[in-house]
Amino acid sequence: MQHPTPPPTDLEIEALIADHRHLEGPLLPILHAIQRAFGHIPQTAVPLIAVALNITKAEVHGVMSFYHDFREVPAGRHVVKICRAEACQSMGGTALAEGVLAELGVAWHGTTPNGNVTIEPVYCLGLCACAPAAMIDGKVVGRLDATRMSKLLKEAGA
Amino acid sequence: MKIYIPLDSAAKALGADDVAAAIRTETAARGIDATIIRNGTRGMIWLEPLVEIDTGEGRRAFGPVTVDDVPALLDGKLDSLGKVEDIPFFARQTRLTFARCGVIDPLDVADYEAHGGLAGLRRAIAMTPGDIVTEVTDSGLRGRGGAGFPTGIKWKTVMEAEATQKYIVCNADEGDSGTFADRMIMEGDPFTLIEGMVIAGLAVGATKGYVYLRSEYPDAINVMNAAVALAQKNGILGADILGSGRAFDMEIRVGAGAYVCGEETSLLNSLEGKRGVVRAKPPLPALEGFLGKPTVVNNVISLATVPVIFERGAQHYADFGTGRSRGTATLQIAGNIARGGLFETAFGITLDEIINDLGGGTASGRPVKAAQVGGPLGAYIPVSNFDAPLGYEELDARGGLLGHAGIVVFDDTADMLRMARFAMEFCAVESCGKCTPCRIGSVRGVETIDRIARGDAAAIPLLTDLCETMTEGSLCALGGFTPYPVMSALTHFPDDFARQQEAAE
Repeated sequence: MQHPTPPPTDLEIEALIADHRHLEGPLLPILHAIQRAFGHIPQTAVPLIAVALNITKAEVHGVMSFYHDFREVPAGRHVVKICRAEACQSMGGTALAEGVLAELGVAWHGTTPNGNVTIEPVYCLGLCACAPAAMIDGKVVGRLDATRMSKLLKEAGA
Repeated sequence: MKIYIPLDSAAKALGADDVAAAIRTETAARGIDATIIRNGTRGMIWLEPLVEIDTGEGRRAFGPVTVDDVPALLDGKLDSLGKVEDIPFFARQTRLTFARCGVIDPLDVADYEAHGGLAGLRRAIAMTPGDIVTEVTDSGLRGRGGAGFPTGIKWKTVMEAEATQKYIVCNADEGDSGTFADRMIMEGDPFTLIEGMVIAGLAVGATKGYVYLRSEYPDAINVMNAAVALAQKNGILGADILGSGRAFDMEIRVGAGAYVCGEETSLLNSLEGKRGVVRAKPPLPALEGFLGKPTVVNNVISLATVPVIFERGAQHYADFGTGRSRGTATLQIAGNIARGGLFETAFGITLDEIINDLGGGTASGRPVKAAQVGGPLGAYIPVSNFDAPLGYEELDARGGLLGHAGIVVFDDTADMLRMARFAMEFCAVESCGKCTPCRIGSVRGVETIDRIARGDAAAIPLLTDLCETMTEGSLCALGGFTPYPVMSALTHFPDDFARQQEAAE
């Protein structure tokens, strides 16, 4: 989801850090909380987290960059995750995904020029008995074909 | 009247939420006094959304139900499938782990208890830790995540370790394509996982548990969080479990999209807030796991099976199965298949029976070409080996691996060179980067397969050699098992690798 400016303040970020720092292994919950609130993890959060957890900024960056989920910049208003894994491939998932990318003129992780839709690959949504599958902003869809996919993308404003 | 509409992700992906909304609207408009229950799925995904109606004479199933079917459904004019228990796909199963899934309201503690829930925990509370571990060992339960390590032995190691704090960690990072059993039980019967974790805690002396649940499963995360809160409220978790004076509590932690975190040491690093890099073993997580403390790391299905073992006894469970694979396998039949879903049965069933008989062959109607068993790191098994019985050792003997018991079926349009390339590409994307054979080998693997695709037959021995290096030299199963799909594709489907060569000439 794209979130409007102004960027989050240090105070807002510090409040989220404070909510989770008592946990055992608090870093992932903190990063998830910040991304949930702001749609991405702003660079200004890195030193704040580092100080709060007594780790280096490099360590925070290292963790952020390791995981596919965390973004340094906001995604489009809607995120469409298309499954690329084997079960979906067995039901034509590859052609479906390639069709979407061609139709929108974007590459994987790309966002449509109007900022409405980001297309991401995902490796398995656990919908392997109703493949091919995708997830749009957390809502799952199965047994997709090109027509249905186009309709969903139009609804998302692609 | 009671109306059951699944809340399972697969049912939702096929329109269950819209059907539920239509049923609510229609029953309200007609003034029908109906209780709508969002249950888990019965596991017959080709029939989803599968709606069950109970007018006091037992549950009758309908499916797949569309929004347009709803008026006819309530008029009693829609053809019924009869009782779910009489549908052959269901009738032929042995439901132990999944006995309640799809039957009960997943978030109703009383319903859970009325269907045998908490009986196992009550029995375990009265036992000594040593006796609990012996019971699990005697049941023959082995790790259902893939490795098949005996659960009782793992628990015994943690029980005997001396420490101020021990942990139970549930691996719910179900990233393998073709698998959805973990998701299905967490969405359909979450208390059984919680109960299993509490019993594990009592056995080894752990007071804290974590479920590491992948972020790709938002529905399962919601159900599990709600279930944990309910369990805390009802004294199943907390400082005084069911009035026993014993403590155990747990949290749901969400992953962040890294496949490798399904590997237990990488999962532990991730849980600690680090990069999900694999740790060298030893030390075993059983001795130095989460935050360096003795930790049981078990798969969802392993832990969710523990309550039924205590409810019915170890022997009852061990009586099912074949050889050293005791109890039931929770098979996930997926991919290009006419009747896909979850099929729980005693170990020993053959692939042929699963795919051609139960599954009804491919969804496309074309001939079956291969089945990938055990996820993206599992071998492609050709039709000629479909007589192999499913068991840990039995599949191993055929050059395959059971893994998490996911079976992905492909029809004859599948290009096995392309599948082999994907296996290497996936390994490159998901490698944690710690060991060279996996990190570099997978990239070289993609390049080498591209050479073969361009008609360079000299690259085939190179690929074989690379796979050997990855198998022997990788730190964990990601790099170590990626050669399974690659080499099985090359060995069993050489034409797919040669045909490309002719095309290039």
